[in-house]
Amino acid sequence: MTTTMTMAKALNAGLRAAMEADPKVLMMGEDVGKLGGVFRITDGLQKDFGEDRVIDTPLAESAILGTAVGLAMRGYRPVCEIQFDGFVYPAYDQIVSQVAKIHFRSRGRMPMPIVIRIPFGGGIGAVEHHSESPEAQFAHTAGLKVVACSHPTDAYWMIQQAIAADDPVVFLEPKRQYHGEKAEVDTEATPPPLFTSRTVREGSDLTLLAYGPTVRLCRDAALAASEEGRSLEVIDLRTLSPLDLEPVFASVRRTGHAVVVHEAARSLGMGSEIAARIQQECFYALEAPVLRVAGFDTPYPPSRIEEEYLPDLDRVLDAVDRSLAY
Amino acid sequence: MADPDLVQLLTPEGERAEHPDYAFAGDDDTIRSLYRDLVLTRRIDTEATALQRHGELGIWASLLGQEAAQIGSGRALRRQDHAFPTYREHGVAWTRGVDPLSLLSLFRGVDQGSWDPEATGFGLYTIVIGAQTLHATGYAMGLQRDGVVGTDDPDRDAAVIAYFGDGATSQGDVNEAFIWASVFNAPVVFFCQNNQWAISEPIDRQTRIPLYQRASGFGFPGVRVDGNDVLAVHAATQAALQRAREGSGPTLIEAFTYRMGAHTTTDDPTRYRLSADLEHWKLKDPVERVHAYLTRHVGAGEDFFSEIAEEADALAVRLREGTRAMADPSILSVFDQVYVEESAELAQQRDEHAAYLDSFEDATDGARR
Repeated sequence: MTTTMTMAKALNAGLRAAMEADPKVLMMGEDVGKLGGVFRITDGLQKDFGEDRVIDTPLAESAILGTAVGLAMRGYRPVCEIQFDGFVYPAYDQIVSQVAKIHFRSRGRMPMPIVIRIPFGGGIGAVEHHSESPEAQFAHTAGLKVVACSHPTDAYWMIQQAIAADDPVVFLEPKRQYHGEKAEVDTEATPPPLFTSRTVREGSDLTLLAYGPTVRLCRDAALAASEEGRSLEVIDLRTLSPLDLEPVFASVRRTGHAVVVHEAARSLGMGSEIAARIQQECFYALEAPVLRVAGFDTPYPPSRIEEEYLPDLDRVLDAVDRSLAY
Repeated sequence: MADPDLVQLLTPEGERAEHPDYAFAGDDDTIRSLYRDLVLTRRIDTEATALQRHGELGIWASLLGQEAAQIGSGRALRRQDHAFPTYREHGVAWTRGVDPLSLLSLFRGVDQGSWDPEATGFGLYTIVIGAQTLHATGYAMGLQRDGVVGTDDPDRDAAVIAYFGDGATSQGDVNEAFIWASVFNAPVVFFCQNNQWAISEPIDRQTRIPLYQRASGFGFPGVRVDGNDVLAVHAATQAALQRAREGSGPTLIEAFTYRMGAHTTTDDPTRYRLSADLEHWKLKDPVERVHAYLTRHVGAGEDFFSEIAEEADALAVRLREGTRAMADPSILSVFDQVYVEESAELAQQRDEHAAYLDSFEDATDGARR
């Protein structure tokens, strides 16, 4: 069955499907119940599944994750909503020192099938702490898995796959696109495995690597470049930990050029690791250094200048020019 | 003059005391068996400290002085209850049937906790201060959802006990756990061993009011018990657990005790506290008062005490030999159980390191692995 959905609707439908499929799946977070979340991602779930399964929590992020650990020990599969990226840090200790390590600490006796949903990225004109991209901090933490959706179809399937996964998954949702582009979502299709990247546009001159909010940007950049006769391949990484880079290596071996695009700060961001891995695996195929288009190594700016801070079409195309001219 | 805010059922001199709200539920045989647990737990602790001094353990966190708080509360648990410890609950571990050798292997650095938390009802040691109180609260919320709270079936109703110290009460996680347990009416007993010291910081650096009084601000009862009185601890914990199992929500128990030893074997308390305090607390010893009671009022004789002493000696030998026999894990085991579903990247890192180890000339048959 095919339905037209925004990303917000697709996530909502995916969460609903996961709750129907497994009575152990719980939603937890601030305002996720009656209100349906500040972005309405959990809209209607409490009404249909009850207050025991869709829990409006006190305002304490560490406790959201800390109690999720206890619930997971008891056999539940908590899906925790962190209201905004910049509010995840009070829970950082529980995520890094407990959620990520308990399976290891317990010699595999205690899996932590917890999903941590985080609306991330900028572009919504918000005040401080509402536009951040903390993915590298979680991707750097052994024991966690980190994925980012970029499209309603992926959102629908990936959230269900993340909930079904037995490892803890940080699930990043590009909040700017929640209520943006709609897509036809076939809810009876067979999705690709969760921890795989995907080529979203084929090309032969240069490989653009993106995830979450920058996938759309890179698709636009490839379209613009094609009008100048340049053929750019766009790969949506989808999974940041583990990385699925074999398709990236295959692409770069063909194109010889790679540009990584993300909103997070450049230094020690995902682009750094990806560039390192590409140079290791594709050394002789590279015709230019791997370039990164990213946020600056600064705090996220006040919103009136965020569009200049964020990677945009011109900065991506500029990097493409520099790479091809190398 | 007895402190009216302190539940005490056995005085430091070994005399039974009455309390309007609490009574010890067991008989003299129960007290004999509690005494056995106290002695064996103290022996585990003594032996572990000695093993650390001999270089067999990397570190040890002594429970000396806190035996009654741990045995009294641990023995109040039912099989279906679940305990969430810090890293000092060796006595509670004993009451849950956890082999002390598995505590020693953790402090030796062989593993990070090898016992089965579900089978024993005893969670893994948690080193980040206070973090486990949230796990306990979440677990208790799970019990509520599993329908094993307030059913009136004593074999079915379950509760959770969360252990922490006086220092932990300053942690955000502990305060968040209090709030969550309160608003969700979770079946959890918060068991605070106030041993007066958080490494070098005295209790007055953590609080200006008695800790048990904090509970009222969160909306549930708090009680202070003589933490060196195994009977009082048992009675208060049993009552709080029963309240939780019935669906009446959380309780804070402050077990007022004293850390007779150092924080851990790396610590030197002579730098920050007076030996006179220690001498004062020695008069309130949790084991001696039970010994006095059993001798004076129960007629326990030399046979009884020597039998336990022999059992303690045998346990010590087993711990010494077992610890020395513990083999180090293989470096390649570090890759195991990082994930349920391992990634290709991690598998590759393991393979690369295995190949590196095997590349040495003396590495025949994987000798370096």
